[in-house]
Amino acid sequence: MIFNIIISSLINGSTYALLAIGFSLVFGVARIVNIAHTAFFMVASYCIFLCTNILGLNPFAAMMVTIILTVLLGLIIFKIIIDPLREHEAAVLIATVALAMSFQETMLLFFGGVFQSLPYLVTGNMEIAGIRVAYQQLLIIAMAPLVLAAVWIFLKKTRMGLAIRATSQDREVANLMGMNEKGIAMMTMAVSVALAAFTGAVVVPLSVVHPHMWLHPLVMTMAAVVLGGMGSVKGSFIGAYILGFAEALVVFLIPMGAFLKGSVALSIMVFVLLLRPDGLFGVTFEEER
Amino acid sequence: MIAYYTKTLYSIIKNDVLVLPSRMLVFFFIVAIICLPVVSNDPYLLRIIILACIYAIFTASWDLLSGFTGQMSFGHAFFFGVSAYAAALLNRHLHFPPWASIPIGALASVVAGLIIGIPCLRLRGTYLALTTLSFPIILLGIVHAFPDITGGELGISGLDRICRSRIGTYYIVAVSMLLSIATMWKLTSSKFGILLHAIREDEIALRASGINTTRYKIMAFCLSAFFAGIAGGLYAHFMRITGPSTLEVALSFQVVIWGVFGGIATIWGSAGAVFILFPIMEFFRFWPEFRMLIFSFIIIFILLYMPKGLLPWLRDQVEKECPRCKKKNISFRKTCRICTATLG
Repeated sequence: MIFNIIISSLINGSTYALLAIGFSLVFGVARIVNIAHTAFFMVASYCIFLCTNILGLNPFAAMMVTIILTVLLGLIIFKIIIDPLREHEAAVLIATVALAMSFQETMLLFFGGVFQSLPYLVTGNMEIAGIRVAYQQLLIIAMAPLVLAAVWIFLKKTRMGLAIRATSQDREVANLMGMNEKGIAMMTMAVSVALAAFTGAVVVPLSVVHPHMWLHPLVMTMAAVVLGGMGSVKGSFIGAYILGFAEALVVFLIPMGAFLKGSVALSIMVFVLLLRPDGLFGVTFEEER
Repeated sequence: MIAYYTKTLYSIIKNDVLVLPSRMLVFFFIVAIICLPVVSNDPYLLRIIILACIYAIFTASWDLLSGFTGQMSFGHAFFFGVSAYAAALLNRHLHFPPWASIPIGALASVVAGLIIGIPCLRLRGTYLALTTLSFPIILLGIVHAFPDITGGELGISGLDRICRSRIGTYYIVAVSMLLSIATMWKLTSSKFGILLHAIREDEIALRASGINTTRYKIMAFCLSAFFAGIAGGLYAHFMRITGPSTLEVALSFQVVIWGVFGGIATIWGSAGAVFILFPIMEFFRFWPEFRMLIFSFIIIFILLYMPKGLLPWLRDQVEKECPRCKKKNISFRKTCRICTATLG
């Protein structure tokens, strides 16, 4: 039972963490609240589905193709829709909501509302302490820290990462120092969307693909990001695991828990915000008061 | 006496209403809403207009909170749902008639407004939007977890009608819509409304000028929740069923979209948007696959090219402001209708 809860909370937590890193990155750097983040995740899952089940590619090739296509889509969307609206925070929120809905409807149109499944990247399973764990599940659990480490290295060790960190600290000054602020925002968007697509490839084989699959992860991702403090990648990573653990605990221990899992996770978020209005590791920006 | 009032009414209509296209539109809109049942008795049409009225109250209440006060609410369905469930429970279990359960539902929604409003006082911007988004989801989980009381997935059905006859229902809903919108419009164009504008623009400056912003923010939450609650109660009694759909995230997003489409911080714009978009959506019912897709593309288009919203944009096209006395004038006039200054 305890082991069940641990595995389940690690899987939930890793899923939300993978999504939350991208969401948090693009908010921290470009100040874009991309509600459509998990919609990109949904589009990527459908793209993988198209590649593997219809075109017959193997899962790894499908993943690569999907990441490239999704990043292209993300960049086009950024260029056409998000960039002109970036100065108005509320407008970006609403535009990305509309975007997510249009993705959902497009997928509904092409693939219908049926549940589809994706092939595992790694097959097989093993038994740990009497519980059968698929390798895919272990892959998810391992991937979240790996991706975090990769993002960390990218941000700390590369020139691009330096530019991204500078922009996230002060957009205007970074612009004055001759950095291409728009280009950096685009780059961040590309990284974030690529992470969403990658998450699709890793996580979705365990669940199902359908056009409404973005809503629950979106709510949980946003809760994790808000809990950890918007703009802080580390914070959202920790927030994701807290929420994943809470969700698993509620599902296993409380009768009717499956209905309450979202409620409990969000209640934790609201409670933390009451104590710390900027989240656990929130970054406040002086000029934004 | 009657002659005097008729004459005054005539001169008001002639000198104040018929000089500006926007005022004419509002005037004809009110006349059309009141006269509609006389012209047509089609139940389908009446149903669409009744639902549009209910959603118009709801969207205007969102605009009061998010447009004017700048407290971006992404969970406005919470107020709608709380009131709808309160009205339904009172009516179903305690047999309260609709004229009692709708106002009590609205009061329950005011309490909900306080519950959201007080914690949210410290939050701003995106944090606020995401926190408000979480409240209806929390309540939705609770509704699903206690199906004995709330009916779970199926909701509470078999509520009383608002009124026995269809025309009566129509008039009750339409008149409460007109009254609510007029109240909100009046409120927001008074000194109170200016304070709300100021809270959105710069809260710290306002606090520095010695104004208790906390009080006004809570008032905005309560007022907004009250009107959203009226809409929720009317909806419950009109549909005669209250289900989880009144709390869904989709409804919260829908109201934001209507509000932005019609123009933020203008009560009339958001109410008008519902009367434009809702019938159009009904009209596209024969083409259901493309409905939401077209809808979201319209929204993105509006945001990109008319950031103030459709109706304020239209208004700017047909009216211009006099540079001297700041009164609005119809755009083809050469001189101002009040002070005869030349218009640029």
